Amino acid sequence: MATKPEFVLRLGDNALVLGQRLAEWLGHGPALEEDIALANVSLDLIGQARLWLGYAGRLEGQGRDEDRLAMLRAQHEFRNCTLVELPNGDYAFATVRRMLFDAYQRVLLARLAQAPDAEVAAIAGKSRKEADYHWRHSADWTVRLGDGTEESHRRAQAALDQLWDYTRELFAPDEVDPDAAGLREPWLALVEPVLDEATLAVPAPSRFLSTGKRGVHSEHLGHLLAEMQILARSHPGAQW
Amino acid sequence: MKAWDVLARIPDPEIPVISITELGIVRSIDERGAAVEVSITPTYSGCPAMHAIEEDIVARLKEAGYSDVNVKTVLAPAWSTDWIAPGAREKLRAYGIAPPGRVHLFAKAVSCPRCGTVRTERVSEFGSTACKAHYRCLECLEPFDYFKPL
Repeated sequence: MATKPEFVLRLGDNALVLGQRLAEWLGHGPALEEDIALANVSLDLIGQARLWLGYAGRLEGQGRDEDRLAMLRAQHEFRNCTLVELPNGDYAFATVRRMLFDAYQRVLLARLAQAPDAEVAAIAGKSRKEADYHWRHSADWTVRLGDGTEESHRRAQAALDQLWDYTRELFAPDEVDPDAAGLREPWLALVEPVLDEATLAVPAPSRFLSTGKRGVHSEHLGHLLAEMQILARSHPGAQW
Repeated sequence: MKAWDVLARIPDPEIPVISITELGIVRSIDERGAAVEVSITPTYSGCPAMHAIEEDIVARLKEAGYSDVNVKTVLAPAWSTDWIAPGAREKLRAYGIAPPGRVHLFAKAVSCPRCGTVRTERVSEFGSTACKAHYRCLECLEPFDYFKPL
């Protein structure tokens, strides 16, 4: 079965939007090492986004390259899940969000590394090694914060309570990604032991389902795009 | 001079003591007369040095007399620190960067590139570039970069 451009857009947009969110931490991290860590992870994600968006553009065949897709699409054309576009909040929120997303990346990219489409397999094979590394950092910090002080535990649990519902979207199958539900079990197998060690309680399930991957976003994505895209839109085609 | 020898003299922009061939990112060279196509592989997806490396490859090969130089990026199989040349590991250490352990061996202690002790501790999983982590020696107190296994 041919790879759907929209499926590849989702992969690229997830990496791009979270990469942009992490870049917002520059100069704001709780410690210099964490500032550097988030910049590093951001750079990896933006690099992955370039690979995915470049391929999505070639699949689509309308002459849009990675830059056009990243910088000249409007909010409703983005296909990232809502989880990655939520504002950064405090460090507990940023950390727990990354941990939930890194776990998803690990199981998704491991599956895609076996994809029949050689280009998808190559990009996934490259990215999954980075995702494994990101996960070590975000899982480690989730435990430190959750099983840390009373204050850090309270914040980590509040972050998890807010973020948990947004993870449902990752595993909601649709015509673009009919196999999405199958990733939930392996994802839980990664996430639950970390939450357990972090003394964080898994929130009760709700019926809320976010819809970012279908192009229906929260109010936050537009603001993120405004900041990310202003230079490219103000100086179209600029080179330096 | 053959294209490989030209590339073997191009330093990595971030770690100038080793060349791009020693780093293991040159995948293949296809020479046809004055035309040459070089395939390289990124260390990390977002490594900002890749662009500088591409420019260096084109400039140096043109200086060496190749009129038509094309640089191609290949992703599979993904680059691994296991591809760093054995001699280059020693150069890294002499430069103050602890060389990477083998990827599939269980992570063992990282030794200080200055005094050699394994009494070191990790400060952060991430360091000055995407490919390095930040460590500190507990004997001689030297802070140092560890080229992390990938």
